[in-house]
Amino acid sequence: MMDVADVLWRLLAVLLAFLLLPLIVGQAEHKAMAHMQGRVGPMYAGGFHGWAQLVADGVKFAQKEDIVPSGADRRVFQLAPAIALLPYLIVLIAIPVGKGDAVGQVVDAGVFFVLAVMGVGVLGSLMGGWASNNKFSLLGGLRTAAQLLAYELPMLLAAASVAMAAGTLSLPGILDAWQWWWLPWQIIGGLVFFTAGLAELQRPPFDAPVADSEIIFGAYTEYTGLRFALFLLAEYAGIVVLSALTAVLFLGGWHGPSDSELGWVWTLLKTAVLAFVVIWLRVSYPRLREDQIQRVAWTVLVPLALLQIALTGVVKVVIQ
Amino acid sequence: MPVPGSGLAKGLAVTLRTMTRRSVTAHYPDSLPQLPPRSRGVIGLFEENCTVCMLCARECPDWCIYIDSHKETMPAATPGGRERSRNVLDRFAIDFALCMYCGICIDVCPFDALFWSPEFEYAETDIRDLTHERDKLREWMWTVPEPPPLDPAAEEPKELGAAHKAADKLAAQQAESEQQAESDGESEPPRETGTDPSGPSATARDEQEGDR
Ligand code: SF4
Ligand code: SF4
Repeated sequence: MMDVADVLWRLLAVLLAFLLLPLIVGQAEHKAMAHMQGRVGPMYAGGFHGWAQLVADGVKFAQKEDIVPSGADRRVFQLAPAIALLPYLIVLIAIPVGKGDAVGQVVDAGVFFVLAVMGVGVLGSLMGGWASNNKFSLLGGLRTAAQLLAYELPMLLAAASVAMAAGTLSLPGILDAWQWWWLPWQIIGGLVFFTAGLAELQRPPFDAPVADSEIIFGAYTEYTGLRFALFLLAEYAGIVVLSALTAVLFLGGWHGPSDSELGWVWTLLKTAVLAFVVIWLRVSYPRLREDQIQRVAWTVLVPLALLQIALTGVVKVVIQ
Repeated sequence: MPVPGSGLAKGLAVTLRTMTRRSVTAHYPDSLPQLPPRSRGVIGLFEENCTVCMLCARECPDWCIYIDSHKETMPAATPGGRERSRNVLDRFAIDFALCMYCGICIDVCPFDALFWSPEFEYAETDIRDLTHERDKLREWMWTVPEPPPLDPAAEEPKELGAAHKAADKLAAQQAESEQQAESDGESEPPRETGTDPSGPSATARDEQEGDR
């Protein structure tokens, strides 16, 4: 049984990671995008490599007036950013970083818990879209809802495949059972999970719900200042959580070429690489149209996820 | 037959390649651009050359050159001669809000009074301030770069040719008169015997140095 100090220490560590990692991802996105697009804007603030850009952004957000549109559903409108952000913090508690005890809290039905809580995050966009009293926000909110419904399924199916392979729903349990040859075995599921997660985060190329050129900024149209910043933070926290989850479920988490006590380094490294891939995809691909998004989900990802489950089942039977 | 999805991979490759390359963007306010010598930035006026012939103002398609002048009479050069009149420039202004930088005024000026300067940072917040007067145009004159050197095989420019011809003629005349003075007798000792030998030898030495 853990004592109080241990619990507090773990909570503090998770909170620190939660505050720090999204900022690192944000900074990385600034710089990677600037390099990939040959732009100099994000390289300017603060002299060397534009290190102060994020600070400047923060100051800018803090200065802006906090506006609630008249006719909006005040309470829901104001709560939405928190609802969008908090689930990722809770998910972070259950993600095993290193071997043995290096996890906020071991949850028996870890996969189930994590995916269920992550799904709540999208609710923030829905609430914002509905409560803004603005047709663009409403459109964005509806698109968010459609996307949520479409991509939850392949994501769950892909995760279920790993759980099947390991025979457990616990995240550390899955990692204990992990073998290197799971990598090629579960690769289809991994791709499906990652893609579906990307769509759940409404990251480009699946950002039709925000679509700043069509529906202004979707569900976030009416948000200003710090509340808007919270939505952005939620997006980056979502990237961290998605990358960490993909690393744990499909890339073997703390398993590395040199299986040592430094397992957590491997987890962080894999998470960082995946986060970079998220940024990379954003720079490389144009936004999908709303109907294309739906088609990818139902005609590509769901069948692929089902195929992965079938494959997992067959291999499982063959092994036994 | 392309592999399905190869386009997606190609897109990723393009962005990754761009990321590893240095950008070639010039950071303008921090580092000034290297403009070619014939850049059309702004028009400089070399007042001394201007005769107020008004050709530039008349040929300007935009009518954006403003010239005011008055006539002055000069006293006769020799007693009993005729007085001469000449134009004196009062105002020379170009409205750069109208100017389309066609360069016609510069081409058309017969007296080489207008030049292109590469200076380009003269934005104003009020459009009326873009009409620049002669003192400003004169300031820009000092930013006009030297003309680029002629092609090595090019013909000699007309001015130089004329100058050379005049100098040759003068030298020939001098030599002739010197010869005459020598043949006339020793009444007048040659004034430059002290400096003459050193002159040519010095130039010869210079030429040798130049050859090496
Ligand atoms: S450049 Fe053309 S438009 Fe401008 S002042 Fe000269 S003649 Fe006029
Ligand atoms: S054409 Fe040349 S000389 Fe004649 S007024 Fe214009 S600038 Fe002066």
